[in-house]
Amino acid sequence: MSSFRDKMGMDRRTFVKKVLSGAIGGSLLLVIPAGATELPPEQIPGMRSEKSTFTQRRFAFIVDITRCIGCGSCCVADKHEFQVPDGYYRTWVERYVIDVEDGVYVDSPDGGLEGYVEPRKGLPHPVRDTFFVPKLCNMCEKPSCVQVCPVNATFKTKDGFILVDHDRCVGCAYCIQGCPYSVRFLNPKTKTADKCTWCYHRVRKGLLPACVNVCPVQARRFGDLNDKTSDVYKILRGHDVISVLKPDMGNKPSLHYLGLRREVV
Amino acid sequence: MDASHAGPLTGLASYIFPNDYHVHWSLMIVLYPYISGLIAGSFIIFALYHIFKIKDFKPVANYALMFSLAFTAIMGLPVINHLGRPDRAINMMITPSPTSAMAGGGFLFNIYGLILTLIILLYFRPVLVELKNAAQGIFRPLYGLLSLGSDNLSEKSLNLDRKIIRILVLIGIPLASILTSYVGFIFGGTKANPLWTTPLMPVIFLLSACVSGLSGIILTYSLIKLIKGEEPDEAFLRTGTKFLWGFFIFAFAFEMLEFVSHAYLAKHHWETLESLFWGPLYESYWVAQVMIFSVPPFILLGILSLVRVKAGVLKIVTPLCSLMLLVQVFLMRWNVVIGGQLMSKSERGSVYYHPEWLEKEGLLPAIIIMLLPFAILFILSRIFPFWEDRIKPGIEAPDSNPGA
Repeated sequence: MSSFRDKMGMDRRTFVKKVLSGAIGGSLLLVIPAGATELPPEQIPGMRSEKSTFTQRRFAFIVDITRCIGCGSCCVADKHEFQVPDGYYRTWVERYVIDVEDGVYVDSPDGGLEGYVEPRKGLPHPVRDTFFVPKLCNMCEKPSCVQVCPVNATFKTKDGFILVDHDRCVGCAYCIQGCPYSVRFLNPKTKTADKCTWCYHRVRKGLLPACVNVCPVQARRFGDLNDKTSDVYKILRGHDVISVLKPDMGNKPSLHYLGLRREVV
Repeated sequence: MDASHAGPLTGLASYIFPNDYHVHWSLMIVLYPYISGLIAGSFIIFALYHIFKIKDFKPVANYALMFSLAFTAIMGLPVINHLGRPDRAINMMITPSPTSAMAGGGFLFNIYGLILTLIILLYFRPVLVELKNAAQGIFRPLYGLLSLGSDNLSEKSLNLDRKIIRILVLIGIPLASILTSYVGFIFGGTKANPLWTTPLMPVIFLLSACVSGLSGIILTYSLIKLIKGEEPDEAFLRTGTKFLWGFFIFAFAFEMLEFVSHAYLAKHHWETLESLFWGPLYESYWVAQVMIFSVPPFILLGILSLVRVKAGVLKIVTPLCSLMLLVQVFLMRWNVVIGGQLMSKSERGSVYYHPEWLEKEGLLPAIIIMLLPFAILFILSRIFPFWEDRIKPGIEAPDSNPGA
């Protein structure tokens, strides 16, 4: 019996030792910054400032059609960032081809993930013009998806992002029907509605959306309209032709297109 | 549930947004408005007898109430089966989301179910009390519960029941109408879809609900009488035929008006809609819904209503027309729900959709869901003897003999 008690006492001592060493070790990790958690340099000015208030931001996204080369880097970055299932797209790039007879031919094989390395074949007439149009969530000021969601799972943040609460969404797909831009889908893994978030998790840390970050030709721009030094502020107040998709829907998108062509839907 | 590319039909120029290859609202969402129509339509049949004094509907008035209840009991099933996360279905019933037509429907559905149940329990209370007194074993407390714990069958008590029922039915009529109209509004209020977004949609859904409800009652009533070896009530069939024709005149006229207004206004979406109507929807809309299941019953019901045919002819042709109209309303729901999703929001292409037999939202689950109300009706007929003449509900139409 005494040996059993000794063993019990020893075990208790071992347990207390382990708890203490674990607690001290854990506390040290909290005060000593680990290299793995270090953030890249700030890309959205002032976001990491102590005075920064996210509700005072008014973000906008600009797609410059005149710059896009259809490389598909944005789509690859997005797919990696969010592990987007095959056959579903948070963002994609469309290729528009217009022939000399004014025939308009649009395609987006695999959402443009592979990049448009080959010209479109099989067209009946010589090509007059061609351009690429990246598509993503329009982050509408008056979002239909938020309006129709029966469980308030799709909501608008105070800084204007439209997000989906995956713990609340029931997967009824009403928001998918309501979105005029078809940027939503039912994620086959989570069985809930999914869409582009303009990388809200990155933006709140002062980083640009993944697709903006990788674009080699700055066809995707992102910034705060309340920051008068930002690119988006300057472009939207410049003299370039700027429009939004399906303006007659009345959704007032925060996604703007520079050099939008009338053929684009 | 993924749709296939229209391919050769739309040709080289077609383009479908990458996320539009998935038809998210499947056969289950076709059933949902179809069932809501049957619920509302059958309740309106009861109301026509009880409130609007159409006495020829007396043979089916009790049955119409139970028919409505049986379909109300399963109305949520197709939606739950459709949801990506059915485990969270309750969120749809309890979340206040005033901007969502769908959320409003959950509350409407609950209120309607409650009112309908109360009407039935009060309507059958004299019968239930009588059955309770005669019952033994577990049926005694069951009937005690169903008779709302009151054995009081005095004239004063029955008069109170009558008043309450009248009020409940008066609330129930607009509620049933709103229940099916709102389902139409779910589609009509979706501005992103040019096929759906029309103010006519709730009206069409309501009128076709009346058609399907009356058709459902006429057809199943005739079949039940056939199985029982009894003669269906001729007066009911004659009046039912006229009402069915009347409802269908309005329903069909509005359905055609919807198409004509799209075509005549020819807004910028018309090109897309035109390719839809003459492409993926050609067979299910023009051939099936309009040519086969609308025009022939329209003509036949007209003849039956205007010419006094023999009872034997009426007993065959009216149920046949009812069957055709049940298919017609189903096709109308199909062409709206599925049709609207076949055209991509790219406005440049269409897809095709064919449900599989064994998939989660496929044909077999749909058939099972549509058969369930009849199993429920059978069970209800064991509890509420609504076919038996010997026991009649205490509440009759206002000017008929109460308690007869």
